[in-house]
Amino acid sequence: MSAFWLLMIILALAAVGFIMGRRRAISSVQGDGRLLHSLPNYYGFNVAMLAFVPAVLVLGAWVIIQPMLISGQVSTHIPAALYEDAGQLNLIMSDVKRVADGLDAAILQGVLSADDASLLNTETTDVRALLGEVGVALGSDVAPSVLSAAQEMRGKTVSGNLIMTIVVLLVAATGFVAAMMMTRRDFRARNAVESGVKALLIAAASIAILTTIGIVLSLIFNTITFFGMFPASDFLFGLTWSPEGRGGSEHLGILPLLWGTIYISIVALLVAVPIGLFAAVYLSEYASRTTRAIAKPLLEVLAGIPTIVYGLFALTVVGPLLVNFFGADGLGWMQGARSVMTAGLVMGIMLIPFVSSLSDDIINAVPQAMRDGSYGLGATQSETVRQVVLPAALPGIVGAILLAASRAIGETMIVVMGAGAAARLDLNPFEAMTTVTAKIVSQLTGDSDFASPEALVAFALGMTLFLLTLGLNVLALYIVRKYREQYE
Amino acid sequence: MSDASLQNGPEMGTPRAKSSLLELDQRTKKRNAAEARFRAYGIAAIAVGLVFLVVLISSIFFKGVGAFQQTFITLDVELLESKLDKTGERDIEKIKKVTTFGYNPLIENALKAAMEEAGVENPFAKGKDLRKMLSSGAAADLRDFVIANPDRIGDTVQFRLLASSRVDGYLKGRVTRESLARDKNLTPVHLDVVDQLKDAGVVAKSFNLGFITGADASESRPEQAGIGVSMLGSFYMMLVVLACALPIGVAASIYLEEFAPQNWITDLIEVNISNLAAVPSIVFGILGLAVFIQFAHLPQSAPLVGGLVLTLMTLPTIIISTRASLKSVPPSIREAALGIGASKMQTVFHHVLPLAMPGILTGTIIGLAQALGETAPLLLIGMVGYIASNYPGGLIEGFMSPNSAMPAQIYEWAKRADPAYYERAWGGIIILLVFLMTMNIIAIILRRRFERRW
Repeated sequence: MSAFWLLMIILALAAVGFIMGRRRAISSVQGDGRLLHSLPNYYGFNVAMLAFVPAVLVLGAWVIIQPMLISGQVSTHIPAALYEDAGQLNLIMSDVKRVADGLDAAILQGVLSADDASLLNTETTDVRALLGEVGVALGSDVAPSVLSAAQEMRGKTVSGNLIMTIVVLLVAATGFVAAMMMTRRDFRARNAVESGVKALLIAAASIAILTTIGIVLSLIFNTITFFGMFPASDFLFGLTWSPEGRGGSEHLGILPLLWGTIYISIVALLVAVPIGLFAAVYLSEYASRTTRAIAKPLLEVLAGIPTIVYGLFALTVVGPLLVNFFGADGLGWMQGARSVMTAGLVMGIMLIPFVSSLSDDIINAVPQAMRDGSYGLGATQSETVRQVVLPAALPGIVGAILLAASRAIGETMIVVMGAGAAARLDLNPFEAMTTVTAKIVSQLTGDSDFASPEALVAFALGMTLFLLTLGLNVLALYIVRKYREQYE
Repeated sequence: MSDASLQNGPEMGTPRAKSSLLELDQRTKKRNAAEARFRAYGIAAIAVGLVFLVVLISSIFFKGVGAFQQTFITLDVELLESKLDKTGERDIEKIKKVTTFGYNPLIENALKAAMEEAGVENPFAKGKDLRKMLSSGAAADLRDFVIANPDRIGDTVQFRLLASSRVDGYLKGRVTRESLARDKNLTPVHLDVVDQLKDAGVVAKSFNLGFITGADASESRPEQAGIGVSMLGSFYMMLVVLACALPIGVAASIYLEEFAPQNWITDLIEVNISNLAAVPSIVFGILGLAVFIQFAHLPQSAPLVGGLVLTLMTLPTIIISTRASLKSVPPSIREAALGIGASKMQTVFHHVLPLAMPGILTGTIIGLAQALGETAPLLLIGMVGYIASNYPGGLIEGFMSPNSAMPAQIYEWAKRADPAYYERAWGGIIILLVFLMTMNIIAIILRRRFERRW
């Protein structure tokens, strides 16, 4: 029985459980609901919960673990002569899986009987043609060892599924019966159901932790595999990036990418920080209520525009504009539309509202008494801002700038479209350079398989990016939090 | 001593600088100038920001609006029986055997007839050159029509066929005679013909519904490309995000805000959430690739996987806004409920949650809008390339079969070499922004309509 139908049966059981549990609770007090500890519905929910939850947990675990166990067992039976490394074994195993699926399909369509499928022989039948008939196309003829492995896999899966069905139904029935036995007039059904709901809430909250663990594990495992194929020192300290050079001559040094990332981020911050900071100061210290009510949301529109729009803006508007001034017809510093300047400028525009709204919050948090004191001593408004408000808000503003820097480093679409593809260590901001994020995209969207160092390097790059942005964020949050406590 | 002596002040021999409040001294002037400058910097900063916004919006509009118009050539095509159904049996299988090549002569004849009628001299010896004015997909349109209506064979039917992207570009001002000098797809001679046909009304621009509802087309046929299929991909992804992120996010926020004890595990969860909110989106793409595709073997490029990745990405946003709206429900509500005998769980689910609902929905819509515009993680799970080419067959296929999403489709178009695709990309952005704007406006209205001040 397939997992889907099993799930449906459990669901139906839970629904029946709800009705029966409710009825049993009511009949236990001869219809007088006031004598029950909880409302009748809680008794029903309790039965449904105990019938459903444990059975579904078992089902889910089984569906995930069974294929892993079976393919692990079957792969030990594949003759060692057929493969040299784990990659080839994987290929053979996926063949085995396809053949097994094909046999299933054949039985389902009535081409084969179940007995025929387990007695099938490569010498007497053309398995490939047979499976082709039922819609499973195979790349090559089926080797005898693959067929026998597939038959073994199928056999184990069939018996595994049978055991699964029995176990899951048994668990569901046990939960059902146990909950029904519990249903008496003084059973605290509400407390039982509520602790179940609370467990659900805790599970939802821990998904945040699971996500972080998932990110860290997927980065770490693939990075370790990568460092197994490629020396870590060459990656960390290499000055050239040219993954296309096949046959030992490839260079996967991260330094040019880091340089590009940092250079573009610096340009972006040089645009965003002065504009954002002055805008925030003006909006919070000078602007009238109406100006503020109009200008602030308008600036924040810039933050709501998807990055793909900025990317296209860099590629088709800002890039050609810069080429007009700095290209071959103008100053001659620029080769093409894609450059550090193009990406940096546009990224700066994107970051303006980010810097301004964060700084705005922080400037507003500076107590009015400090300003009043400064005015009382005869300072002008700008002197107050420069000598009292900004120094008081400085740690928070530094935090905001660090957050903006982390945004800039992690930004992908603008640099993919605006910065270029060549990895360079250069000082000319009108030269095309590339970044860590752009290379993650280009290394993982090609056709190369995941086992090659060219693809795996993307995980090492991702690890670098993750650590870098995490460090900046933690530092920024720490500074902001410490500062906030000072004045609240 | 009165005013008279004060006016003679300087002559009394005091070396002290004049310090009248009516006349500003050097230092005050400097300070005031600095004040004015500082204020001007502020105004300039805001002005620069707004100018950027205006430039961005206007370039989106002016570059993208062209995609909503397309050049069509209206032709009366005679569906010759001798070409399409030689036996005359109207056997659909035999009609299907005629490839698009078989339809080309019909189009050529129709074009020649139209030119004759408009009094345009035919400068081309070969019909093939003449056909270059039309999209290479025109024959396929014709064939689809014939297969759908085999009984019309033999009739003369009027078709509105897509012009080729070069002709379209010429009518929109993107293509000029100079730019065609080294173009092998079209020659300036074609443009002369197009000019005359335009005057005769055969060639005309009209609203391009195909762009909004259509599928992506291959690199050489930008005139056929549409964003409809990837819009559907985005739609399925948003369904997944809504179905996963809303319940999980609300449940997590309820736990953290209402039940969680103050201990290190709660702290750990909170720190995690605030960090996840700042992790670059591409890292979520790596996570999706490694966990959902490499490990769990879910199908590549499927909207289901895209939706799951975007769910993880938007969860922190939803949790943060949900917690804020739960926090804004005053404690007196909770205390009143507890006071009349509700359990903690009943208090939360019967009283606090309904009151916080408008805020939660606002946060969810903003989270969805953020997810809708996100591109980078989708590139890593393979939702880019020439894949949004067919409408999914059904609901399950919609979730599982390879599809693109609006932003990924825009990126794909921006990557293609033909400048005609830039116009499509900007047009796609207009559609994307219309969706985002609608969602944000709904969120603002919800907030205005239901926000309660306690």
